[in-house]
Amino acid sequence: MKYKLLSFARQVGLIILVAWTVVSLVTFLIEFVPGSPATAILGETATQEQIDNFNRKHGLDRPSFFLSISFEEGFEWHGLNNRYYDYFAGLLRGDLGTSFRTDRPVLDMILERYPATIKLAVASMLVAIGIAIPLGILAGTNKGKIIDNFASFIALLGISLPTFVVGPFLVYIFAVQLEIFRPTGSLYPEDIILPAVTLGAALSAILTRMVRSSVIEELGEDYVRTARAKGLSERTVIYKHVLKNGLIPVVTILGLQLGVLLAGSIITEKIFSWQGLGLLLLDEGIAKRDYRLVQGCVLVISLTYILANTLTDVVYRWLDPRIRLN
Amino acid sequence: MNRLTYIGLVIAGIVVFVAIFAPFLATHEVTAQNLELRFAAPSAQHWFGTDGLGRDVFSRVLFGARISLQVGIIVVVVSAVVGIFIGSIAGFYGGWVDRVLSGYLFNVFLAFPGLLLAIAFVAFLGAGLEKLIIALCIIGWVGYARVMRGQVLKVREYDFVQAARALGASNMRILFTHILPNAIQPLIVQSSLGMAGAVLSEATLSFLGLGIPPPAPSWGTMIEEARNFFSIYPHVLFFPGAAIALTVLAFNFLGDGLREYLDPKQRTR
Repeated sequence: MKYKLLSFARQVGLIILVAWTVVSLVTFLIEFVPGSPATAILGETATQEQIDNFNRKHGLDRPSFFLSISFEEGFEWHGLNNRYYDYFAGLLRGDLGTSFRTDRPVLDMILERYPATIKLAVASMLVAIGIAIPLGILAGTNKGKIIDNFASFIALLGISLPTFVVGPFLVYIFAVQLEIFRPTGSLYPEDIILPAVTLGAALSAILTRMVRSSVIEELGEDYVRTARAKGLSERTVIYKHVLKNGLIPVVTILGLQLGVLLAGSIITEKIFSWQGLGLLLLDEGIAKRDYRLVQGCVLVISLTYILANTLTDVVYRWLDPRIRLN
Repeated sequence: MNRLTYIGLVIAGIVVFVAIFAPFLATHEVTAQNLELRFAAPSAQHWFGTDGLGRDVFSRVLFGARISLQVGIIVVVVSAVVGIFIGSIAGFYGGWVDRVLSGYLFNVFLAFPGLLLAIAFVAFLGAGLEKLIIALCIIGWVGYARVMRGQVLKVREYDFVQAARALGASNMRILFTHILPNAIQPLIVQSSLGMAGAVLSEATLSFLGLGIPPPAPSWGTMIEEARNFFSIYPHVLFFPGAAIALTVLAFNFLGDGLREYLDPKQRTR
């Protein structure tokens, strides 16, 4: 019990440390913007007064960190009067600052788009599972045969084909030629199909390989021989025994890939004009140089990723008692 | 090695050949525009047709190989060197050094989705070839470091390392002349897969407008430029898309084949 608690505390400590580093990195990146955020937003023709007003409004006139170093003044201690502290304090209150462009709270802008991105990520995961499990089982149970080579080839093709190539071609076939779906948008329920297939394709490739090697490994275990010796049908052996154990590592990959899907959705959202967090980051944040918004989006995506990974770990431990005991 | 590995090797060889001899193989000037010939279909004069500014797609795809390979090679070499160094230190010294490096630093870099970190860097620092390479190296090194750490942990327990230690060899000598040469093999696989990843990431960032700015013929930029017209003129997207897919596929085949070849356990499966 004591060991369990210690291991749990260590895990929580690591998550806090990683999250703190992520927030710090995102906070510091804004310091490296060429020129200044004010001139990027207001343009080169802005007067000094406009720039000062902008900086005051967004707290950019305050020192960037607890401590500053300059040639003229040497080391200078600013105490809590600094932007780094401001951002952290705001974060704890659930405040991600206000957008440089729209003056709206960044958190509100993100929360409006967040559900669309999660919806897309979950839908593409379902697509990936739907393709990978049958294909992986088929390949694993027919190891070395033509069907296995074919599945492996399809899987590698899926990994190698970038989303921004798959997406437009799906649009070309299903929206332009066959006119089954609309090419872009996220207004109607069926609009999710093409983006979900595009985003899920690469994941299904990774999962197929995972399921295949898992099935091959489990088929060599003693309990499979016992099950066969008992006279169980091959179908029961595969679906009731092999799959149950073989899917454990697949769960881990799935959880880890949720974060990758969140990042990958940035491209998919751009292709299909899917109104999610990725499109917000690209079109409203990066394209319009709204650095506060970029900070917020990167932070929320990263924290979601960390959370998904942690949850995966918990589920994995729960699923596999061997890991729990170790 | 299996057949797919050879296919990978041949395609990768062709891409390297094309990248080196692009100026001799190109049929047109890459940036030369001909507005009267916008979106021309593939023909004897323009094998892959022309793009929205009347530029020859074939020549641009050839020169695109140069950019992709250049980025890929630099990113793989820099990431591998940094990763090997940090991974070796973590694995060799163990203890608190390992806890800080692998327990904290590796986890921090793995806690970010790599692509997002690259996007964030380029978004704040501005687009361009050097910044793109820096961003990809920042996300790339940790993969090599992890593999290297695991390898060093294994190799440092071998008898010949203990023998070297007994003979009074210094830590650096043991690490660099005895452990490294015996631990580096899996890094070859990692490099091949890393090359595929780097080519894909370069194209992705360029597609998002965060990579190499136009008129440079990056495959990703070409796809981004073609995106709004491909439903009428699919060829402008097809050829750069196929070039990316084939290159990435080739390095993935190669990496996969090498992994099987170098790992006897996988070979028997």
